[in-house]
Amino acid sequence: MRMIAGRILALLPVLFGLCVLSFLLLAAVPGDPVTAMLGLEADPIAIAALRARYALDDPLPLRFLAWFWQVLQGDLGRSIQTGRPVTAMIGSALLPTLQLALAALVVSLLIAIPAGVVAATRRNGPSDFAASLIALCGLSLPSFWLGILLIMGFSIALPLLPSSGHVPFLADPWEALRHLALPALTLGAAMAAATMRMTRATMIEILSADYIRTARAKGLPGRRVVWRHALRNALMPVVTLVGLQLGQLMGGVVVTESVFSWPGIGKLTVDAIFARDFPVVQGTILVTATLFVLINLGTDLLYTVLDPRLRSRR
Amino acid sequence: MSAIAMRAPLWLRLLRDPRAALGLGLVALVLLGALAAPLLPGAETPDFMATLAAPDATHWLGTDDLGRDTLSRILAGARVSLLVGLCSVGAALLLGGTIGLVAGFFGGWVDMVLMRLMDVLLAFPGILLALGITAALGASVTNTVIAIAVVNLPVLARVARGQALALRELDYVKAQRALGFAPLTILWRAVLPNALSPILVQASVLLAASIITESYLSFLGLGVQPPTPSWGNMLRDAIGFLDQAPWLAWFPGLAIFLTVLGFNLLGDGLRDRLDPRD
Repeated sequence: MRMIAGRILALLPVLFGLCVLSFLLLAAVPGDPVTAMLGLEADPIAIAALRARYALDDPLPLRFLAWFWQVLQGDLGRSIQTGRPVTAMIGSALLPTLQLALAALVVSLLIAIPAGVVAATRRNGPSDFAASLIALCGLSLPSFWLGILLIMGFSIALPLLPSSGHVPFLADPWEALRHLALPALTLGAAMAAATMRMTRATMIEILSADYIRTARAKGLPGRRVVWRHALRNALMPVVTLVGLQLGQLMGGVVVTESVFSWPGIGKLTVDAIFARDFPVVQGTILVTATLFVLINLGTDLLYTVLDPRLRSRR
Repeated sequence: MSAIAMRAPLWLRLLRDPRAALGLGLVALVLLGALAAPLLPGAETPDFMATLAAPDATHWLGTDDLGRDTLSRILAGARVSLLVGLCSVGAALLLGGTIGLVAGFFGGWVDMVLMRLMDVLLAFPGILLALGITAALGASVTNTVIAIAVVNLPVLARVARGQALALRELDYVKAQRALGFAPLTILWRAVLPNALSPILVQASVLLAASIITESYLSFLGLGVQPPTPSWGNMLRDAIGFLDQAPWLAWFPGLAIFLTVLGFNLLGDGLRDRLDPRD
Protein backbone atom coordinates (compact mmCIF):
# COMPACT_ATOMS: atom_id res chain seq x y z
CA MET A 1 0.00 0.00 0.00
CA ARG A 2 2.85 2.35 0.88
CA MET A 3 4.43 1.69 -2.50
CA ILE A 4 1.17 2.42 -4.31
CA ALA A 5 0.70 5.62 -2.33
CA GLY A 6 4.27 6.63 -3.15
CA ARG A 7 3.73 6.09 -6.87
CA ILE A 8 0.50 8.09 -6.82
CA LEU A 9 2.13 10.93 -4.88
CA ALA A 10 5.02 11.01 -7.34
CA LEU A 11 2.44 11.46 -10.06
CA LEU A 12 0.98 14.64 -8.62
CA PRO A 13 3.74 16.99 -9.85
CA VAL A 14 3.49 15.41 -13.31
CA LEU A 15 -0.28 15.94 -13.37
CA PHE A 16 0.24 19.54 -12.25
CA GLY A 17 2.81 19.94 -15.02
CA LEU A 18 0.25 18.59 -17.50
CA CYS A 19 -2.18 21.26 -16.39
CA VAL A 20 0.44 24.01 -16.71
CA LEU A 21 1.46 22.87 -20.19
CA SER A 22 -2.12 22.41 -21.40
CA PHE A 23 -2.90 25.92 -20.19
CA LEU A 24 0.23 27.40 -21.75
CA LEU A 25 -0.64 25.87 -25.13
CA LEU A 26 -3.64 28.19 -25.32
CA ALA A 27 -1.61 31.08 -23.97
CA ALA A 28 1.01 30.44 -26.66
CA VAL A 29 -1.39 31.26 -29.49
CA PRO A 30 0.38 34.13 -31.27
CA GLY A 31 -1.39 37.44 -30.92
CA ASP A 32 -4.76 37.59 -29.26
CA PRO A 33 -6.36 34.15 -28.80
CA VAL A 34 -9.81 35.71 -29.14
CA THR A 35 -8.91 37.09 -32.58
CA ALA A 36 -7.51 33.67 -33.41
CA MET A 37 -10.81 32.08 -32.38
CA LEU A 38 -13.23 34.60 -33.92
CA GLY A 39 -11.18 35.93 -36.84
CA LEU A 40 -9.87 39.40 -37.63
CA GLU A 41 -13.22 40.84 -38.67
CA ALA A 42 -15.17 39.69 -35.63
CA ASP A 43 -17.71 41.91 -33.92
CA PRO A 44 -15.92 44.01 -31.22
CA ILE A 45 -18.77 43.27 -28.79
CA ALA A 46 -18.30 39.53 -29.27
CA ILE A 47 -14.55 39.98 -28.81
CA ALA A 48 -15.05 41.95 -25.58
CA ALA A 49 -17.51 39.33 -24.26
CA LEU A 50 -15.12 36.49 -24.96
CA ARG A 51 -12.19 38.37 -23.43
CA ALA A 52 -14.27 38.94 -20.31
CA ARG A 53 -15.40 35.29 -20.17
CA TYR A 54 -11.82 34.00 -20.28
CA ALA A 55 -10.48 36.90 -18.16
CA LEU A 56 -7.86 37.50 -20.84
CA ASP A 57 -6.94 40.91 -19.49
CA ASP A 58 -5.75 39.41 -16.19
CA PRO A 59 -2.07 38.49 -15.70
CA LEU A 60 -1.16 34.99 -16.87
CA PRO A 61 -0.50 33.44 -13.41
CA LEU A 62 -3.90 34.67 -12.18
CA ARG A 63 -5.62 33.26 -15.24
CA PHE A 64 -3.88 29.96 -14.69
CA LEU A 65 -4.91 29.79 -11.03
CA ALA A 66 -8.54 30.53 -11.92
CA TRP A 67 -8.50 27.91 -14.69
CA PHE A 68 -6.72 25.37 -12.48
CA TRP A 69 -9.29 25.84 -9.73
CA GLN A 70 -12.05 25.17 -12.28
CA VAL A 71 -10.24 22.06 -13.53
CA LEU A 72 -9.95 20.72 -9.98
CA GLN A 73 -13.74 21.04 -9.76
CA GLY A 74 -14.13 19.09 -13.00
CA ASP A 75 -15.03 22.16 -15.06
CA LEU A 76 -13.05 22.44 -18.32
CA GLY A 77 -15.03 25.42 -19.58
CA ARG A 78 -17.47 25.65 -22.49
CA SER A 79 -17.02 25.06 -26.18
CA ILE A 80 -16.92 28.29 -28.18
CA GLN A 81 -18.52 26.53 -31.14
CA THR A 82 -21.41 24.70 -29.47
CA GLY A 83 -21.65 26.33 -26.05
CA ARG A 84 -21.75 22.86 -24.46
CA PRO A 85 -19.60 22.07 -21.41
CA VAL A 86 -16.26 20.64 -22.56
CA THR A 87 -16.48 17.92 -19.88
CA ALA A 88 -19.76 16.66 -21.36
CA MET A 89 -18.36 16.70 -24.91
CA ILE A 90 -15.30 14.73 -23.79
CA GLY A 91 -17.50 12.36 -21.80
CA SER A 92 -19.56 11.43 -24.83
CA ALA A 93 -16.47 11.06 -27.05
CA LEU A 94 -14.58 8.95 -24.54
CA LEU A 95 -16.78 5.86 -24.84
CA PRO A 96 -16.22 5.31 -28.60
CA THR A 97 -12.48 5.90 -28.07
CA LEU A 98 -12.25 3.36 -25.25
CA GLN A 99 -14.31 0.93 -27.33
CA LEU A 100 -11.88 1.35 -30.24
CA ALA A 101 -8.81 1.08 -28.00
CA LEU A 102 -10.10 -2.11 -26.39
CA ALA A 103 -10.94 -3.68 -29.75
CA ALA A 104 -7.49 -2.73 -31.09
CA LEU A 105 -5.90 -4.32 -28.04
CA VAL A 106 -7.81 -7.57 -28.60
CA VAL A 107 -6.87 -7.60 -32.31
CA SER A 108 -3.21 -6.97 -31.52
CA LEU A 109 -3.03 -9.73 -28.90
CA LEU A 110 -4.79 -12.21 -31.20
CA ILE A 111 -2.15 -11.55 -33.86
CA ALA A 112 0.93 -10.97 -31.74
CA ILE A 113 0.92 -13.72 -29.09
CA PRO A 114 0.48 -16.75 -31.42
CA ALA A 115 2.88 -15.22 -33.99
CA GLY A 116 5.49 -14.49 -31.31
CA VAL A 117 5.24 -17.98 -29.83
CA VAL A 118 5.47 -19.70 -33.24
CA ALA A 119 8.45 -17.52 -34.21
CA ALA A 120 10.26 -18.36 -30.95
CA THR A 121 9.59 -22.11 -31.09
CA ARG A 122 10.74 -22.28 -34.71
CA ARG A 123 13.65 -19.92 -34.23
CA ASN A 124 15.65 -19.09 -37.37
CA GLY A 125 13.17 -21.08 -39.49
CA PRO A 126 11.03 -19.70 -42.32
CA SER A 127 8.09 -18.91 -40.00
CA ASP A 128 10.39 -16.99 -37.64
CA PHE A 129 11.84 -15.06 -40.56
CA ALA A 130 8.38 -14.29 -41.95
CA ALA A 131 7.00 -13.21 -38.56
CA SER A 132 10.04 -11.00 -37.85
CA LEU A 133 9.83 -9.43 -41.30
CA ILE A 134 6.11 -8.72 -40.92
CA ALA A 135 6.73 -7.24 -37.46
CA LEU A 136 9.48 -4.98 -38.78
CA CYS A 137 7.24 -3.84 -41.64
CA GLY A 138 4.40 -3.31 -39.14
CA LEU A 139 6.63 -1.03 -37.06
CA SER A 140 7.46 1.06 -40.14
CA LEU A 141 3.93 1.27 -41.52
CA PRO A 142 2.17 4.58 -40.87
CA SER A 143 -1.14 3.50 -39.35
CA PHE A 144 -3.23 5.98 -41.32
CA TRP A 145 -1.85 4.56 -44.57
CA LEU A 146 -2.78 1.07 -43.45
CA GLY A 147 -6.25 2.45 -42.69
CA ILE A 148 -6.50 3.92 -46.18
CA LEU A 149 -5.34 0.62 -47.73
CA LEU A 150 -7.94 -1.28 -45.71
CA ILE A 151 -10.65 1.12 -46.86
CA MET A 152 -9.52 0.60 -50.47
CA GLY A 153 -9.53 -3.17 -49.99
CA PHE A 154 -12.58 -3.83 -47.82
CA SER A 155 -14.84 -0.86 -48.50
CA ILE A 156 -14.17 0.01 -52.14
CA ALA A 157 -12.76 -3.04 -53.98
CA LEU A 158 -14.74 -5.57 -51.91
CA PRO A 159 -17.58 -3.59 -50.36
CA LEU A 160 -17.77 -5.70 -47.22
CA LEU A 161 -17.18 -3.26 -44.40
CA PRO A 162 -18.13 0.39 -43.85
CA SER A 163 -15.30 2.91 -44.18
CA SER A 164 -16.59 5.42 -41.66
CA GLY A 165 -18.96 6.10 -38.83
CA HIS A 166 -19.87 4.53 -35.52
CA VAL A 167 -22.89 2.54 -34.36
CA PRO A 168 -23.47 2.15 -30.59
CA PHE A 169 -23.05 -1.45 -29.54
CA LEU A 170 -26.37 -1.61 -27.73
CA ALA A 171 -28.28 -0.20 -30.71
CA ASP A 172 -27.12 -2.84 -33.22
CA PRO A 173 -24.29 -5.18 -32.13
CA TRP A 174 -23.67 -6.60 -35.63
CA GLU A 175 -23.43 -3.16 -37.29
CA ALA A 176 -21.35 -1.91 -34.37
CA LEU A 177 -18.81 -4.70 -34.95
CA ARG A 178 -18.79 -4.09 -38.72
CA HIS A 179 -18.05 -0.39 -38.16
CA LEU A 180 -15.41 -1.23 -35.58
CA ALA A 181 -13.56 -3.81 -37.70
CA LEU A 182 -11.38 -1.61 -39.93
CA PRO A 183 -10.36 1.03 -37.34
CA ALA A 184 -9.59 -1.68 -34.80
CA LEU A 185 -7.51 -3.62 -37.32
CA THR A 186 -5.64 -0.44 -38.27
CA LEU A 187 -4.74 0.42 -34.69
CA GLY A 188 -4.27 -3.20 -33.59
CA ALA A 189 -1.84 -4.07 -36.40
CA ALA A 190 0.51 -1.27 -35.35
CA MET A 191 0.45 -2.52 -31.75
CA ALA A 192 0.82 -6.16 -32.77
CA ALA A 193 4.24 -5.64 -34.35
CA ALA A 194 5.91 -4.49 -31.12
CA THR A 195 4.06 -7.04 -28.96
CA MET A 196 5.05 -9.85 -31.30
CA ARG A 197 8.73 -8.87 -31.12
CA MET A 198 8.57 -8.75 -27.33
CA THR A 199 6.74 -12.11 -27.10
CA ARG A 200 9.30 -13.74 -29.38
CA ALA A 201 12.31 -12.36 -27.50
CA THR A 202 10.93 -13.33 -24.08
CA MET A 203 9.84 -16.78 -25.24
CA ILE A 204 13.31 -17.49 -26.68
CA GLU A 205 14.85 -16.60 -23.33
CA ILE A 206 12.38 -18.67 -21.34
CA LEU A 207 12.50 -21.71 -23.60
CA SER A 208 16.18 -22.14 -22.72
CA ALA A 209 15.49 -21.97 -18.95
CA ASP A 210 16.21 -24.95 -16.70
CA TYR A 211 12.61 -25.48 -15.65
CA ILE A 212 11.51 -25.83 -19.27
CA ARG A 213 14.27 -28.39 -19.83
CA THR A 214 13.03 -30.22 -16.72
CA ALA A 215 9.44 -30.14 -17.98
CA ARG A 216 10.54 -31.60 -21.31
CA ALA A 217 12.71 -34.22 -19.53
CA LYS A 218 9.66 -35.25 -17.53
CA GLY A 219 8.04 -36.14 -20.83
CA LEU A 220 5.42 -33.38 -20.98
CA PRO A 221 4.09 -32.83 -24.50
CA GLY A 222 5.88 -30.01 -26.36
CA ARG A 223 2.73 -27.97 -26.86
CA ARG A 224 1.89 -28.05 -23.19
CA VAL A 225 5.41 -26.97 -22.25
CA VAL A 226 5.28 -24.05 -24.68
CA TRP A 227 1.73 -22.80 -24.18
CA ARG A 228 1.28 -23.50 -20.45
CA HIS A 229 4.70 -23.42 -18.84
CA ALA A 230 6.72 -21.02 -21.00
CA LEU A 231 4.05 -18.60 -22.23
CA ARG A 232 2.69 -17.94 -18.75
CA ASN A 233 6.05 -16.51 -17.65
CA ALA A 234 6.78 -14.88 -20.97
CA LEU A 235 3.63 -12.80 -20.64
CA MET A 236 5.04 -10.74 -17.76
CA PRO A 237 7.09 -8.26 -19.83
CA VAL A 238 4.45 -8.44 -22.56
CA VAL A 239 1.85 -7.16 -20.07
CA THR A 240 4.06 -4.13 -19.40
CA LEU A 241 4.54 -3.42 -23.08
CA VAL A 242 0.82 -3.83 -23.78
CA GLY A 243 0.02 -1.44 -20.94
CA LEU A 244 2.44 1.14 -22.27
CA GLN A 245 1.03 0.67 -25.76
CA LEU A 246 -2.48 1.12 -24.46
CA GLY A 247 -1.30 4.52 -23.24
CA GLN A 248 0.24 5.24 -26.65
CA LEU A 249 -3.06 4.24 -28.23
CA MET A 250 -4.57 7.35 -26.71
CA GLY A 251 -2.32 9.26 -29.10
CA GLY A 252 -2.72 6.83 -32.00
CA VAL A 253 -6.50 7.17 -32.00
CA VAL A 254 -6.18 10.81 -33.10
CA VAL A 255 -5.17 9.86 -36.62
CA THR A 256 -7.17 6.63 -36.93
CA GLU A 257 -10.37 8.29 -35.75
CA SER A 258 -9.86 11.03 -38.33
CA VAL A 259 -9.39 8.49 -41.15
CA PHE A 260 -12.53 6.55 -40.21
CA SER A 261 -14.64 9.50 -38.95
CA TRP A 262 -14.88 7.69 -35.61
CA PRO A 263 -16.56 10.09 -33.16
CA GLY A 264 -14.01 9.68 -30.38
CA ILE A 265 -11.77 12.00 -28.45
CA GLY A 266 -9.12 12.07 -31.20
CA LYS A 267 -11.55 13.32 -33.83
CA LEU A 268 -13.00 15.76 -31.31
CA THR A 269 -9.50 17.18 -30.78
CA VAL A 270 -8.75 17.56 -34.49
CA ASP A 271 -12.18 19.04 -35.26
CA ALA A 272 -11.77 21.50 -32.39
CA ILE A 273 -8.33 22.54 -33.66
CA PHE A 274 -9.81 23.37 -37.07
CA ALA A 275 -12.74 25.18 -35.49
CA ARG A 276 -10.22 27.07 -33.30
CA ASP A 277 -12.31 25.95 -30.34
CA PHE A 278 -9.43 26.26 -27.90
CA PRO A 279 -11.23 25.32 -24.64
CA VAL A 280 -12.11 21.98 -26.26
CA VAL A 281 -8.54 21.52 -27.56
CA GLN A 282 -7.18 22.31 -24.11
CA GLY A 283 -9.65 19.96 -22.44
CA THR A 284 -9.13 17.01 -24.77
CA ILE A 285 -5.35 17.31 -24.56
CA LEU A 286 -5.47 17.48 -20.76
CA VAL A 287 -7.87 14.54 -20.43
CA THR A 288 -6.03 12.35 -22.95
CA ALA A 289 -2.64 13.04 -21.37
CA THR A 290 -4.06 12.35 -17.89
CA LEU A 291 -5.49 9.05 -19.12
CA PHE A 292 -2.11 8.24 -20.68
CA VAL A 293 -0.36 8.88 -17.36
CA LEU A 294 -2.93 6.89 -15.37
CA ILE A 295 -2.74 3.91 -17.75
CA ASN A 296 1.06 3.94 -17.40
CA LEU A 297 0.70 4.05 -13.61
CA GLY A 298 -1.81 1.18 -13.75
CA THR A 299 0.62 -0.86 -15.87
CA ASP A 300 3.45 -0.18 -13.46
CA LEU A 301 1.35 -1.24 -10.48
CA LEU A 302 -0.01 -4.31 -12.28
CA TYR A 303 3.51 -5.42 -13.12
CA THR A 304 4.50 -5.06 -9.47
CA VAL A 305 1.51 -7.13 -8.42
CA LEU A 306 2.28 -9.82 -11.01
CA ASP A 307 6.00 -10.04 -10.22
CA PRO A 308 6.59 -10.66 -6.50
CA ARG A 309 10.34 -9.97 -6.92
CA LEU A 310 9.62 -6.30 -7.64
CA ARG A 311 7.51 -6.01 -4.50
CA SER A 312 10.33 -7.23 -2.26
CA ARG A 313 12.87 -5.02 -4.07
CA ARG A 314 10.82 -1.93 -3.41
CA MET B 1 48.30 -5.57 -34.56
CA SER B 2 45.60 -5.37 -31.89
CA ALA B 3 42.01 -6.46 -32.47
CA ILE B 4 40.84 -2.86 -32.13
CA ALA B 5 43.30 -1.60 -34.69
CA MET B 6 42.21 -4.34 -37.08
CA ARG B 7 38.54 -3.52 -36.62
CA ALA B 8 36.83 -2.47 -39.85
CA PRO B 9 35.33 1.03 -40.05
CA LEU B 10 31.70 1.46 -39.00
CA TRP B 11 30.29 1.90 -42.50
CA LEU B 12 31.97 -1.34 -43.63
CA ARG B 13 30.60 -3.24 -40.64
CA LEU B 14 27.16 -1.83 -41.43
CA LEU B 15 27.43 -2.98 -45.03
CA ARG B 16 28.34 -6.50 -43.89
CA ASP B 17 25.08 -6.73 -41.92
CA PRO B 18 22.36 -7.51 -44.53
CA ARG B 19 19.60 -5.72 -42.59
CA ALA B 20 21.67 -2.61 -41.94
CA ALA B 21 22.87 -2.66 -45.56
CA LEU B 22 19.25 -2.77 -46.74
CA GLY B 23 18.44 0.14 -44.42
CA LEU B 24 21.44 2.08 -45.67
CA GLY B 25 20.38 1.38 -49.26
CA LEU B 26 16.83 2.60 -48.65
CA VAL B 27 18.02 5.76 -46.90
CA ALA B 28 20.52 6.41 -49.71
CA LEU B 29 17.72 5.96 -52.26
CA VAL B 30 15.51 8.49 -50.49
CA LEU B 31 18.43 10.93 -50.21
CA LEU B 32 19.18 10.57 -53.92
CA GLY B 33 15.49 11.06 -54.70
CA ALA B 34 15.39 14.21 -52.60
CA LEU B 35 18.50 15.54 -54.32
CA ALA B 36 17.05 14.71 -57.73
CA ALA B 37 13.73 16.44 -56.99
CA PRO B 38 14.61 19.77 -58.68
CA LEU B 39 15.37 17.87 -61.92
CA LEU B 40 11.69 16.90 -62.16
CA PRO B 41 9.81 20.19 -62.32
CA GLY B 42 6.24 18.79 -62.33
CA ALA B 43 5.71 18.92 -58.55
CA GLU B 44 3.85 22.22 -58.52
CA THR B 45 2.97 22.60 -62.21
CA PRO B 46 -0.68 21.78 -62.90
CA ASP B 47 -1.57 20.16 -66.21
CA PHE B 48 -5.33 20.26 -66.60
CA MET B 49 -5.14 18.09 -69.72
CA ALA B 50 -3.79 15.19 -67.68
CA THR B 51 -5.74 15.17 -64.43
CA LEU B 52 -5.98 11.89 -62.50
CA ALA B 53 -3.95 10.10 -65.18
CA ALA B 54 -3.04 6.50 -64.31
CA PRO B 55 0.65 5.54 -64.21
CA ASP B 56 2.05 5.35 -67.75
CA ALA B 57 5.24 6.04 -69.69
CA THR B 58 4.86 9.84 -69.37
CA HIS B 59 3.83 9.96 -65.72
CA TRP B 60 5.41 6.90 -64.10
CA LEU B 61 3.33 7.20 -60.93
CA GLY B 62 0.31 8.96 -62.46
CA THR B 63 -1.00 12.47 -61.79
CA ASP B 64 -3.28 14.07 -59.22
CA ASP B 65 -6.56 15.98 -59.63
CA LEU B 66 -4.66 19.06 -60.83
CA GLY B 67 -2.54 17.06 -63.26
CA ARG B 68 0.61 17.37 -61.18
CA ASP B 69 3.11 14.54 -61.60
CA THR B 70 2.97 12.20 -58.58
CA LEU B 71 6.61 11.08 -58.89
CA SER B 72 7.84 14.70 -58.90
CA ARG B 73 5.68 15.45 -55.87
CA ILE B 74 6.92 12.38 -54.01
CA LEU B 75 10.54 13.39 -54.63
CA ALA B 76 9.78 16.96 -53.56
CA GLY B 77 7.99 15.49 -50.53
CA ALA B 78 11.15 13.54 -49.69
CA ARG B 79 13.02 16.83 -49.33
CA VAL B 80 10.38 18.15 -46.95
CA SER B 81 10.16 14.96 -44.89
CA LEU B 82 13.92 14.65 -44.56
CA LEU B 83 14.29 18.35 -43.80
CA VAL B 84 11.65 18.23 -41.07
CA GLY B 85 13.04 14.94 -39.69
CA LEU B 86 16.67 16.06 -39.64
CA CYS B 87 15.97 19.55 -38.27
CA SER B 88 13.62 18.34 -35.53
CA VAL B 89 15.94 15.54 -34.42
CA GLY B 90 18.96 17.85 -34.71
CA ALA B 91 17.32 20.47 -32.51
CA ALA B 92 16.20 17.85 -29.99
CA LEU B 93 19.68 16.31 -30.03
CA LEU B 94 21.31 19.63 -29.25
CA LEU B 95 18.89 20.71 -26.54
CA GLY B 96 17.83 17.34 -25.14
CA GLY B 97 21.37 15.99 -25.19
CA THR B 98 22.63 19.05 -23.30
CA ILE B 99 19.79 18.89 -20.75
CA GLY B 100 20.35 15.17 -20.16
CA LEU B 101 24.14 15.41 -19.86
CA VAL B 102 23.95 18.39 -17.49
CA ALA B 103 21.23 16.71 -15.38
CA GLY B 104 23.07 13.40 -15.14
CA PHE B 105 26.52 14.88 -14.57
CA PHE B 106 25.62 17.46 -11.93
CA GLY B 107 22.83 15.45 -10.26
CA GLY B 108 21.06 16.94 -7.21
CA TRP B 109 18.48 19.66 -7.68
CA VAL B 110 19.64 20.42 -11.24
CA ASP B 111 18.83 16.83 -12.17
CA MET B 112 15.54 16.87 -10.30
CA VAL B 113 14.24 20.10 -11.84
CA LEU B 114 15.34 19.31 -15.40
CA MET B 115 14.10 15.73 -15.39
CA ARG B 116 10.72 16.60 -13.85
CA LEU B 117 10.28 19.05 -16.74
CA MET B 118 11.16 16.26 -19.16
CA ASP B 119 8.73 13.92 -17.33
CA VAL B 120 5.92 16.38 -17.99
CA LEU B 121 6.72 16.35 -21.72
CA LEU B 122 6.92 12.55 -21.66
CA ALA B 123 3.52 12.42 -19.99
CA PHE B 124 1.89 13.45 -23.29
CA PRO B 125 1.40 10.95 -26.10
CA GLY B 126 3.84 12.25 -28.74
CA ILE B 127 1.37 12.94 -31.53
CA LEU B 128 -0.99 14.71 -29.16
CA LEU B 129 1.74 17.03 -27.90
CA ALA B 130 2.78 17.78 -31.47
CA LEU B 131 -0.87 18.47 -32.36
CA GLY B 132 -1.26 20.81 -29.39
CA ILE B 133 1.87 22.75 -30.31
CA THR B 134 0.97 23.13 -33.98
CA ALA B 135 -2.58 24.07 -32.98
CA ALA B 136 -1.17 26.84 -30.79
CA LEU B 137 1.60 28.05 -33.11
CA GLY B 138 -0.16 27.47 -36.45
CA ALA B 139 0.54 25.05 -39.28
CA SER B 140 3.83 25.60 -41.11
CA VAL B 141 7.07 23.76 -41.81
CA THR B 142 8.92 25.66 -39.04
CA ASN B 143 6.22 25.00 -36.46
CA THR B 144 6.13 21.33 -37.47
CA VAL B 145 9.87 21.15 -36.80
CA ILE B 146 9.40 22.85 -33.41
CA ALA B 147 6.53 20.53 -32.45
CA ILE B 148 8.40 17.35 -33.35
CA ALA B 149 11.60 18.60 -31.70
CA VAL B 150 9.69 19.17 -28.43
CA VAL B 151 8.28 15.62 -28.67
CA ASN B 152 11.78 14.18 -29.19
CA LEU B 153 13.44 16.36 -26.55
CA PRO B 154 12.66 14.30 -23.41
CA VAL B 155 13.55 10.99 -25.08
CA LEU B 156 17.06 12.16 -25.95
CA ALA B 157 17.42 13.91 -22.60
CA ARG B 158 16.67 10.63 -20.81
CA VAL B 159 19.22 8.67 -22.86
CA ALA B 160 21.88 11.36 -22.37
CA ARG B 161 21.19 11.53 -18.63
CA GLY B 162 21.54 7.77 -18.28
CA GLN B 163 24.91 7.92 -20.02
CA ALA B 164 26.14 10.83 -17.92
CA LEU B 165 25.05 9.09 -14.71
CA ALA B 166 27.05 6.00 -15.61
CA LEU B 167 30.09 7.84 -16.93
CA ARG B 168 30.49 10.25 -14.02
CA GLU B 169 31.31 7.30 -11.74
CA LEU B 170 34.13 5.98 -13.93
CA ASP B 171 37.72 6.33 -12.84
CA TYR B 172 38.93 8.54 -15.68
CA VAL B 173 36.18 11.08 -14.97
CA LYS B 174 36.95 10.98 -11.24
CA ALA B 175 40.63 11.45 -12.09
CA GLN B 176 39.88 14.59 -14.08
CA ARG B 177 37.91 15.89 -11.13
CA ALA B 178 40.82 15.17 -8.81
CA LEU B 179 43.13 17.03 -11.19
CA GLY B 180 40.96 20.10 -10.70
CA PHE B 181 39.37 20.44 -14.14
CA ALA B 182 36.23 22.57 -14.24
CA PRO B 183 32.97 20.51 -14.35
CA LEU B 184 32.03 21.86 -17.77
CA THR B 185 35.46 20.96 -19.15
CA ILE B 186 35.08 17.40 -17.84
CA LEU B 187 31.58 17.23 -19.30
CA TRP B 188 32.82 18.42 -22.69
CA ARG B 189 36.10 16.47 -22.86
CA ALA B 190 35.44 13.25 -20.96
CA VAL B 191 31.69 12.64 -20.74
CA LEU B 192 30.29 13.89 -24.06
CA PRO B 193 32.56 11.89 -26.43
CA ASN B 194 31.81 8.66 -24.58
CA ALA B 195 28.10 9.30 -24.25
CA LEU B 196 27.62 10.17 -27.90
CA SER B 197 27.15 6.71 -29.48
CA PRO B 198 23.94 5.66 -27.68
CA ILE B 199 22.52 9.16 -28.06
CA LEU B 200 23.17 9.10 -31.81
CA VAL B 201 21.63 5.61 -32.12
CA GLN B 202 18.51 6.86 -30.36
CA ALA B 203 18.49 9.90 -32.63
CA SER B 204 18.54 7.67 -35.72
CA VAL B 205 15.53 5.75 -34.40
CA LEU B 206 13.79 9.05 -33.65
CA LEU B 207 14.41 10.16 -37.21
CA ALA B 208 12.05 7.42 -38.40
CA ALA B 209 9.47 8.34 -35.77
CA SER B 210 9.78 12.03 -36.70
CA ILE B 211 9.10 11.33 -40.37
CA ILE B 212 5.95 9.42 -39.36
CA THR B 213 4.86 12.22 -37.00
CA GLU B 214 5.37 14.81 -39.75
CA SER B 215 3.24 12.72 -42.09
CA TYR B 216 0.53 12.41 -39.40
CA LEU B 217 0.48 16.16 -38.85
CA SER B 218 0.43 16.95 -42.56
CA PHE B 219 -2.25 14.30 -43.15
CA LEU B 220 -4.41 15.95 -40.50
CA GLY B 221 -3.79 19.32 -42.17
CA LEU B 222 -1.68 20.67 -39.32
CA GLY B 223 1.80 20.15 -40.71
CA VAL B 224 3.26 21.14 -44.07
CA GLN B 225 0.66 23.13 -45.99
CA PRO B 226 -0.23 22.85 -49.70
CA PRO B 227 0.98 23.66 -52.29
CA THR B 228 4.28 22.49 -50.73
CA PRO B 229 4.11 18.74 -51.25
CA SER B 230 4.67 16.42 -48.33
CA TRP B 231 3.83 12.73 -48.21
CA GLY B 232 1.27 13.35 -45.49
CA ASN B 233 -0.64 16.11 -47.30
CA MET B 234 -0.52 14.07 -50.53
CA LEU B 235 -2.31 11.24 -48.69
CA ARG B 236 -4.79 13.74 -47.31
CA ASP B 237 -5.56 14.89 -50.87
CA ALA B 238 -5.77 11.27 -52.04
CA ILE B 239 -8.65 10.46 -49.66
CA GLY B 240 -11.16 12.11 -52.00
CA PHE B 241 -10.08 9.99 -54.99
CA LEU B 242 -9.63 6.51 -53.53
CA ASP B 243 -12.05 4.90 -55.99
CA GLN B 244 -10.97 6.92 -59.06
CA ALA B 245 -7.22 7.21 -58.59
CA PRO B 246 -5.94 4.74 -55.96
CA TRP B 247 -2.31 5.34 -57.00
CA LEU B 248 -2.52 8.73 -55.31
CA ALA B 249 -2.74 6.83 -52.01
CA TRP B 250 -0.37 3.96 -52.87
CA PHE B 251 2.83 5.78 -53.69
CA PRO B 252 3.14 8.49 -50.99
CA GLY B 253 2.32 5.85 -48.35
CA LEU B 254 4.89 3.50 -49.85
CA ALA B 255 7.45 6.32 -49.75
CA ILE B 256 6.81 6.89 -46.03
CA PHE B 257 6.91 3.15 -45.34
CA LEU B 258 10.21 2.53 -47.18
CA THR B 259 11.89 5.59 -45.68
CA VAL B 260 10.85 4.70 -42.13
CA LEU B 261 11.81 1.05 -42.72
CA GLY B 262 15.21 2.23 -43.95
CA PHE B 263 15.86 4.38 -40.89
CA ASN B 264 14.58 1.64 -38.54
CA LEU B 265 16.89 -0.96 -40.11
CA LEU B 266 19.79 1.46 -40.05
CA GLY B 267 19.07 2.35 -36.42
CA ASP B 268 18.97 -1.35 -35.46
CA GLY B 269 22.22 -1.92 -37.32
CA LEU B 270 23.91 1.07 -35.69
CA ARG B 271 22.78 -0.10 -32.25
CA ASP B 272 24.21 -3.57 -32.84
CA ARG B 273 27.46 -2.33 -34.36
CA LEU B 274 28.08 0.34 -31.71
CA ASP B 275 27.41 -2.13 -28.91
CA PRO B 276 30.79 -2.73 -27.21
CA ARG B 277 29.98 -6.47 -27.13
CA ASP B 278 29.83 -6.52 -30.94
